[in-house]
Parts: sequence; structure tokens; C-alpha cells
Amino acid sequence: MNRFLLPLSIFVVVVVFLGVGLTLNPREIPSPLVGKAAPEFSQPQLYDQEKIFSPADLKGKVWLLNFWASWCGGCKTEHPVLMNLAKSGEVSIYGMDYKDERDEALAWLQRWGNPYPVVGVDQAGRVGINYGVYGVPETYVIDKQGVIRYKQIGPLDPDTVEKKILPLVKQLESQ
Amino acid sequence: MIWLALLIVLLPWPAWAGEAKPLGEDPAVEARLKHLAIELRCLVCQNQTLADSNAPLAEDLRREVREMIVKNMSDKEITDFLVERYSDFVLYRPPVRATTVLLWVGPFVLLIVGVAALIITVRRRSQKLVDAPVTDEEHRRVEQLLAEGGKRS
Repeated sequence: MNRFLLPLSIFVVVVVFLGVGLTLNPREIPSPLVGKAAPEFSQPQLYDQEKIFSPADLKGKVWLLNFWASWCGGCKTEHPVLMNLAKSGEVSIYGMDYKDERDEALAWLQRWGNPYPVVGVDQAGRVGINYGVYGVPETYVIDKQGVIRYKQIGPLDPDTVEKKILPLVKQLESQ
Repeated sequence: MIWLALLIVLLPWPAWAGEAKPLGEDPAVEARLKHLAIELRCLVCQNQTLADSNAPLAEDLRREVREMIVKNMSDKEITDFLVERYSDFVLYRPPVRATTVLLWVGPFVLLIVGVAALIITVRRRSQKLVDAPVTDEEHRRVEQLLAEGGKRS
């Protein structure tokens, strides 16, 4: 009996490690920006290119910053969730059109609906780099002081909105 | 005829010239970029370096790094810029931290455990060996058997 105890325990340890490894998503890289001030930017707006979209304008508000693009498949999946969230009026979602063509972005919003009060344009992907974006869609929850409180990598789903985003927004609103 | 051949030889060249990607303006900048980019991980295709990857984000990050090199920032400033945004994950050589201790120390711990297990097993085995005296009679018998075996083969 004792003879098998050691190999068996090693086996169990290896299985536990591999099992935990299987459940991890290698695409989810924890962002070092959570808890830090949201990087500043001044980007032209998608609809009115003369106007500037900057996080400084949103100080004192809890808001979401959603990086999306018309070429991005996950954004299409996520889109109805954003539309519902926008309709509920719980929190405003500001868009950042990431490395996209203007007319395609406009056509995309025309076709599927526009959940954003304002959309900024990040043609060169520089704002994306400052926010540590490595694959759209990505969504940031930013508090009244302009601090990033949460980062969603990949599409938002109704469950995440219900269980994470909305409670966090409520808590931040009350501060 | 010669003129025609010359024309054929010369004509395709301008078309081909367009395919070669223009080299970076400054070879020193490109050399530093390459030196840095092989130490940095592409976030999109995670098993490729920033130098190898063709992902759009990798291209953007190379552009960003190139600009920082032109601005004369040190290697540390450049990697810090990326780590601030993308965490230690962008580094192929993660720094020693509380979260990465296992990564750095783990192999050595396993080595020590392995060597210790080896030493213990070898010692135990040597303890199990008992001196068995061989009598002259047995010795003769063994030699006889060995000699027989030699004949047979």
C-alpha cells in the first residue's frame, strides 16, 4: 500500500495542476490598469469629426468605455447586450471605434443600432495601446474620479452585465 | 532582337521593386527595435514574439516602440511603457515577483527534490545489500556452470 502512496499523490498533484490549467483562459490577461487613472485622450468623434471626445468631459460620471470595430465579430455578438444596457438607462456606454474605416463604422451602427451617446475614433490604435487593448471588444468601467474599476476582455454577455457591471456601477454611483 | 530581349529583361523590374517592403529609415533604430522585439510577446498570438508576429496589434506596437527608440528612450523605459499597459505578460522573461516566484524557483525545487529522492533511494538500497559469504564449494559450482554456459554458446 505504502508503495503506491507516493506515485499516487504525485499523480493527484499533477492532475490538479493540469485541471486548473484547463479552466484558465489564456486570452484573459489581467490588466494592470484596473485601479489606475484612465489614460487621457482627445479623439475626433465619429459622427461630428470636428468635435473632440475626451474622458475629461466625463469627470463626475460613472461610464463605460467600449472598444469596438465594424470588422470585429465579437462586437456583433456583444451588440444586443449593449443596446439593452443603453436602453435600460442604467449607465452610458461611450464607444471607441478601434482601427476602423469611418464609412463602414457608420454603416454598422446604422444597421445594428447605436448604443453610444458619443463615439470616438481611434484610427491608429494608439488609444487602444494606452488602454492595453489587445483584442476588441473590450469594455472599461470608469468611475467619477476617472479611475478604471473593471476591464472586460471580450464580449459582454447578459450574465456579466447583471452580476458584475450593474452592481459595480451602482456601488460607484453611490460613492 | 537584342533590343527586344533587353526590353523583356528590363521591363518587369519596376513592378517587382514595389513588393519589397521599405526598410526602416535608420538601421540603428531597426537594430534596436529587433533586439527589443524578440524579448516582447505579441498579445494576440501569444506564442510569437513582437518581432515575428504579423498581427495588426503587433505592427502597431512595433511602430510605438520604433517611435520611442527615435525619442531616445532607454530599453527599460520602453519595456516599462508596455508593462504598464499590458502587464508582465508582454515580457518573455518575467521579473521575479511574489506571483512569479513559483515560475523561477519551481524547477530548482523539483531538481532538489529529485536529487534528494535519488540519494535516499540509493542509500536505502545499499543498506538492503547483505554480505553473503560464498563457500569454496559454491565458488567451484559457479565456475563450472559458467564454463558450461560458455561451451553451449
